[in-house]
Amino acid sequence: MDWILNSLREIITPTTAAYALAAIGLNIHFGFTGLVNFGQAGFVAIGGYGFAISVTQLGLSWPLAIAVTLLLAVGYALLLGIPTLRLRADYLAIVTIACAEIIRFTLNSSAFASVTGGANGLYNDYSGWITGANPYPQGLVHLGPWTFTSTDLWIATVDWAVVAVVAVGVFLLIRSPWGLVLKGIREDEHAMLSLGKNVNLHKLQALVMGGAIGALAGILYVQPTSVQPFDFASRMTFNMYTMLILGGAATVFGPILGSMIFWVVMRFTDELVNAGVDAGLLDNATQGSQLRFVLVGAALVLLVVFRPQGILGNRTELSFDAK
Amino acid sequence: MALALLLAVLAPAGAAHAAPGDDQWGFRGLVRDGERKPVTGAAVAVESDGEVVGTDVTDARGRWEILGLAGPGTYTVVVKTGGKTYEVEKELVRSGTTLPVQNLVMSTSDAPAVQASLGDKLAQRAVSGLNLGLLIAIAAIGLSLVFGTSRFTNFAHGENVTFGGIMGYVFASLAHLPLLLAAAAATVAGAAFGYLQDLGFWRPLRRKGVSLVTLMIASIGAALALRSLFQFLYGNGTRSLTREDWGTVRLGPVVMPATSYVAMGISVAVLVAVGVWLKRGRIGKATRAVANNPALAGASGIDVDRVTRIVWVLSGGLAALSGVLLGVFNQVSYDMGFNLLLLMFAAVILGGLGTAFGTLAGAIVVGLCTEILVLWIPADMKYVGGLAVLVAVLLVRPQGLFGRQARIG
Amino acid sequence: MPSDAILIADGVHRHFAGVTAVDVEHVEIPRGRITALIGPNGAGKTTFFNLLTGFDRPQRGTWSFDGTPVQGLPPYRVARLGMVRTFQLTKVLGRLTVLDNMLLGSNRQPGERLRNALLGVVWKKQDRTDRERAREILARFKLDGKADDYAAGLSGGQRKLLEMARALMNEPTLVMLDEPMAGVNPALTQSLLGHIADLRERGMTVLFVEHDMHMVRNLADWVVVMAAGRIIAEGTPESVLSSEAVVDAYLGAHHDTDLRSLIEEDA
Ligand SMILES: Nc1ncnc2c1ncn2[C@@H]1O[C@H](COP(=O)(O)OP(=O)(O)OP(=O)(O)O)[C@@H](O)[C@H]1O
Ligand SMILES: [Mg+2]
Repeated sequence: MDWILNSLREIITPTTAAYALAAIGLNIHFGFTGLVNFGQAGFVAIGGYGFAISVTQLGLSWPLAIAVTLLLAVGYALLLGIPTLRLRADYLAIVTIACAEIIRFTLNSSAFASVTGGANGLYNDYSGWITGANPYPQGLVHLGPWTFTSTDLWIATVDWAVVAVVAVGVFLLIRSPWGLVLKGIREDEHAMLSLGKNVNLHKLQALVMGGAIGALAGILYVQPTSVQPFDFASRMTFNMYTMLILGGAATVFGPILGSMIFWVVMRFTDELVNAGVDAGLLDNATQGSQLRFVLVGAALVLLVVFRPQGILGNRTELSFDAK
Repeated sequence: MALALLLAVLAPAGAAHAAPGDDQWGFRGLVRDGERKPVTGAAVAVESDGEVVGTDVTDARGRWEILGLAGPGTYTVVVKTGGKTYEVEKELVRSGTTLPVQNLVMSTSDAPAVQASLGDKLAQRAVSGLNLGLLIAIAAIGLSLVFGTSRFTNFAHGENVTFGGIMGYVFASLAHLPLLLAAAAATVAGAAFGYLQDLGFWRPLRRKGVSLVTLMIASIGAALALRSLFQFLYGNGTRSLTREDWGTVRLGPVVMPATSYVAMGISVAVLVAVGVWLKRGRIGKATRAVANNPALAGASGIDVDRVTRIVWVLSGGLAALSGVLLGVFNQVSYDMGFNLLLLMFAAVILGGLGTAFGTLAGAIVVGLCTEILVLWIPADMKYVGGLAVLVAVLLVRPQGLFGRQARIG
Repeated sequence: MPSDAILIADGVHRHFAGVTAVDVEHVEIPRGRITALIGPNGAGKTTFFNLLTGFDRPQRGTWSFDGTPVQGLPPYRVARLGMVRTFQLTKVLGRLTVLDNMLLGSNRQPGERLRNALLGVVWKKQDRTDRERAREILARFKLDGKADDYAAGLSGGQRKLLEMARALMNEPTLVMLDEPMAGVNPALTQSLLGHIADLRERGMTVLFVEHDMHMVRNLADWVVVMAAGRIIAEGTPESVLSSEAVVDAYLGAHHDTDLRSLIEEDA
């Protein structure tokens, strides 16, 4: 029983919210526009590092830091997008993952450690703006069967508010003629060109928007913790694909639902692993956590093959396996 | 099934090697004289910011070891013997591509405490780059052939390389087979692994008629699952593939382990064999035909499924061989293949997806760039050089250097 | 010779790794007429279409549409000038409904700009107009019953119809159809023929690629013949189809009966 309650607690944690947001961004790329971006982690890294460095090293105020970070993400999206959007789907996938890795290697490198903290990352000296505004009573807060520290709950509240606003915005955008053009591009670029649509412009807009949302997610992601370069490995992007396809790509709320389920299951298996360690079945918990990612990978394969429309997706819409 | 096999072989390994702690930072080395005989009793010290942080004295085999350093950073290794002092500056970095414990071979015939010239360093790097390029080529040709025959970009190909590396480690270090035999055994295991992947996984998916984007996503799922499984079984440690020491060979200014030259020899032989097979062999020609136009090849009586199967076997075997050689060149770790994957893509794209000869050329360019750029960029950003080449090429020629333009309408 | 040409091309040359696909000295497409572009497989018809509409770049050549030079323009700009094409291999937007396919055919929707997307007031009106027009055209093409189905569920012939219907959403001046009749059953072919003839009645110019000589004879006012990338003949269907040079180019060494008998029937 404890296990289940502990696992369900993940539904509202800040990490779940940040991942949901990044997955919403990725969904604009992949689900709506058909851009196979395997490097969303790069945008999230820019978000996390951009904000942390702006605040701690440049001494910017938080609104300015957010603005600078988002600008940085937009710049990166343009840099990435202008030359690569004419590439085939598989080439785009390779370039995006390569660029995300370049970013991670660079942030991880000891050469820039004075700014980025190198492999050790950055300590959390930047979340004062959010924790300082905490209206909840100090100490532990009880919410139903769960207990949160006041700070965690407040960050979660802010995060989910951001997720809600962005999700509604995306919902409205996708319903608009602009959103229809994105979907048309997902289906067939050449047809859209022959109908007079500026395909590259729309793709670039989608890339920038999804990337900026990813960077925003990065800002949220690092608020409760420190910045760790390892977090932004390609595994992060692959987790997001699992969420996306689990919840339903090309739906607005799919990524949110996907992130919730993903983290609940991760937590649940974590509890299982701990039980396994206690029972002497596994050497240690780190080892067990690798096993969980075996499950994630397998789940991604099974989902994309057998239920590509996810939970919220329209069965007929995705049962025509396009292209 | 191959995984079950791997599990069975590695399960005791995991226990025996109760993971050499992740944070074990340090240096390990060998001091030799001009005749390449071990120097016993040399005093070795490691300094950081002018402060001595560890000392050791070389043993009868000339070996020393200083572990337990604080962590990543720049260190100076000072060796004193026969009244002379030798110094090298070395950097320990935390990254997926380098080791927490570095190996150093020093020779008393080197000029004491003098830096190598840029030309010498360049030569050394160029040979390493060629070596790396050939390794990438072996692995990438499989990737390219699979793409050619089934138009499928396999993001799990890196794991085939890791599989080979780990199998090489199992055969060489745990089963104590001689290195060459271990390499052969690992290659066979890799071929079987490739065969099983096609049989049990990719072929059913192709039959189901799923789209290429779906296949691509399935392949990242497979990659994640396999990589995590390797991590579970093998641990985070980075280990030498073999304890066999073939000594080093000096060619002009370039000093390389003899195994590296053997590895290059094997690579060239294998690449030539694959090249000739593609040109002359019956199935090789069929492979090229399928790569050119699967429908036409099928219509003209080529068994496309069989060709694809053979390509998977070949691809798995070559990837595993590459993993073994990479394990000798570097070390074995659970993510060695994944780290190489992007360089493989770089090579394949540089050469144009689906063209074997182009892949070889592309791989050598990528290998050289990766190694030579290390002269100017920090060692822990080593792979950035190769990736930058990839990005640059795609910007200039979106269809790859030798690739063809797709037709519209 | 056509007196008023809507499309004039000069010295258009495109080769792929040694193979000359298109080498057109000069060609004019008459305004307000139906022109057929015929020629054996591999003659370069599709490549010529791709070049004219900006989907491919020639090594050299110039052409103008309605007096404006259009070479070098990206395909979407060409389409916006009123020169809309379809594809030999039909390109419908499979996971969108038939109606959405049609809506995307319209280029008057301001809501397609990102800055207007959230402002319903700006685009709702146009959306209504477009929907009305879409249903009207769909009805003409007997696709109104399918408006809310996914396009991927349509039959091959219905897809051809949808592609053509979609191209008409913009009221183009020149419609370029690459083998509109290929793979369409005879009953549908008849209605497609009707639709194409109808376009001319509505004042549009049609350029279409077709292999079936009966169609060409029935439909075209003007015929342009391509072989090995060159224009080898042009003229009225009667004159072109009876030309010995055309028959030779078309049938090569194996003089088949089809075209011959057609011509004899004709005479
Ligand atoms: N992208 C390309 N790369 C290489 N060759 C091409 C390409 N596109 C067309 N070709 C070649 O150009 C020539 C003309 O092809 P095209 O498709 O224009 O012929 P077509 O007249 O449309 O034939 P069909 O009637 O069969 O449709 C052919 O020899 C073809 O192989
Ligand atoms: Mg054609």
